[in-house]
Amino acid sequence: MSSSVVIDRKRSKVRQPREVSAKSRETLTGWSFAAPFTVLFVLFLVGPAIYGLYLSFTGRSLTGANGELIGLANYAEALKDPDMWKSLGNTAWFTVLSTIPLVIVPLALALLVNLGLPGQWLWRLSFFMPYLLASTVVVLFWAWMYNPKLGMINGVLTQFGFEPVAWLQDPKVAMLSVVLTTVWWTIGFNFLLYLAALQNIPDQQFEAAALDGAGKWRQLFSIVIPQLAPTTALIVMLQLLASLKVFDQIYLLTNGGPAGTTRPIVQYIYETGFTGYRFGYSSAISYLFFAIIVVVSLLQFRLTFRKGDR
Amino acid sequence: MATHTLTRAPRTLTRRTHKPGENPWALGRIVAFAVLAVMAALWLVPFAWAILTSLKSETDAGASELQLSPPDGFSLDAYRKVLAAGNIPAWALNSLLTSVAITLVTVATAALAGYAFSRINFAGRRWLYAAIIGAIIIPPQVLIVPLFYEMLAFGLVDTYWGIILPQAFAPAMVLILKRFFDQIPIELEEAARVDGASRVRVFASIVLPLSRPILAAVAIFVFIGAWNNFLWPFIVTTDADLMTLPVGLATVKSAYGLQYAQNMATSILAALPLVLVFLFFQRQIIKGIATTGFGGQ
Repeated sequence: MSSSVVIDRKRSKVRQPREVSAKSRETLTGWSFAAPFTVLFVLFLVGPAIYGLYLSFTGRSLTGANGELIGLANYAEALKDPDMWKSLGNTAWFTVLSTIPLVIVPLALALLVNLGLPGQWLWRLSFFMPYLLASTVVVLFWAWMYNPKLGMINGVLTQFGFEPVAWLQDPKVAMLSVVLTTVWWTIGFNFLLYLAALQNIPDQQFEAAALDGAGKWRQLFSIVIPQLAPTTALIVMLQLLASLKVFDQIYLLTNGGPAGTTRPIVQYIYETGFTGYRFGYSSAISYLFFAIIVVVSLLQFRLTFRKGDR
Repeated sequence: MATHTLTRAPRTLTRRTHKPGENPWALGRIVAFAVLAVMAALWLVPFAWAILTSLKSETDAGASELQLSPPDGFSLDAYRKVLAAGNIPAWALNSLLTSVAITLVTVATAALAGYAFSRINFAGRRWLYAAIIGAIIIPPQVLIVPLFYEMLAFGLVDTYWGIILPQAFAPAMVLILKRFFDQIPIELEEAARVDGASRVRVFASIVLPLSRPILAAVAIFVFIGAWNNFLWPFIVTTDADLMTLPVGLATVKSAYGLQYAQNMATSILAALPLVLVFLFFQRQIIKGIATTGFGGQ
């Protein structure tokens, strides 16, 4: 008996450091697995984010001149800057105009394709192919389509006796042209998400509904659309975030014109930073914009959770 | 109209046939087919118009009336001129090099990190993971100014590394891979661990082979995103020899001025690689989007 006690004691003495070392070995292993990602993450995301926050409190320019801390002056200036508000308004307007069709049109297309009509590969290819193009290619295509004199859209319009439209030069139409191009370009991704979700709805639900005498339209609104709610929530969230960040196609298609009517906030950040050389001011606007993105994300999250979708 | 939502849904996004005993050409289906055909045609028009223009002479391309068959006939002249004069092959090579590097680094680092978060119980795991998830909503666009400043300090402006490194990690992909690893039965690994296999060994010879489909999907997304990215390569390169295809193309538009056929030939050539990639990997891409719900852009 006494010997067993001794052994136990010995064991516990030996085990104790072993457990600690096993735990710290796990920590070492864990960190070495996570290290390559973490290093890049810290260097190129956390680092710039903190540095940008610091810059936003300085008057830094390209030459490094006037780099001293100036407190909240940049933020105060930004809040009074009509160009900042205008580009923010353009971004909001673009987001509203693009998000609605980019949720509804792909849903309609996915419902149609999901009927199982012949030519599946052609439908998928047609709607998805534009998504594979670089923004510059998209813009080369569409600038050519929108060309007021030689473009195909005005060509068709004039054949039918309509007046030609200055798609990218008319301040009233330019934003709509940008939205049209964006819908054409990016619809494929949302389309595929909807198509995948549709095909995951269990058949039994339709069979049960059919037995209860529900017609096709009734099934669409009482089964399909509600079942797609989590997908719709995901698509709305991803689309809002993507639309708020719009830059490429607008910069290349209209360069923000005519008269700044299409210039989004990201372009304004780019311009104040890289053509105005006001790095500090540009960073302050970045952070104001980032705050808006956070608010939108949180609101979207709240709404989604309240519905109990996800 | 929603007739065929009733048929059995296959898990993969493959063709679905009509139910036996049901008329496949009911009026509703014909209307649906017509609507779909019109929509698909609308989506294909810009491609068709670009291809048509690229096959014309510059004189015909600049003609102001719509002409489907040009007076000068069709030719490949525009393509020849673009390939002979432009930097397109060099830009394509830059795009390929940087996109492949970005893809390899992103997939490797995200897989390792995802595995650590999924399986290894290390100190600091929670807050590191929370930081990464939080970072998903940061738009990279708001970081361009400090990032450029950082690149200046590191001496990476106008270098391949300057293009690659800031794009070579993706918090969202870590999340996707972690979730996938979570679903792999832990017993598979425990058996090997009991036999004395190291973590690295288990990861390389058990987890990775099981994860091939998701790794392929992640790789394809990252590649598409990197190949098409415009803003960052545009900011970090000024040297025309280092430009990627999207950045180079943006300069071509102004350089060629009114040469519409050459402009369109250029964009067709630039679009071709990814369209080919899609045709080859169609199933993986579609499945990947379906299962992960994340893409490039």
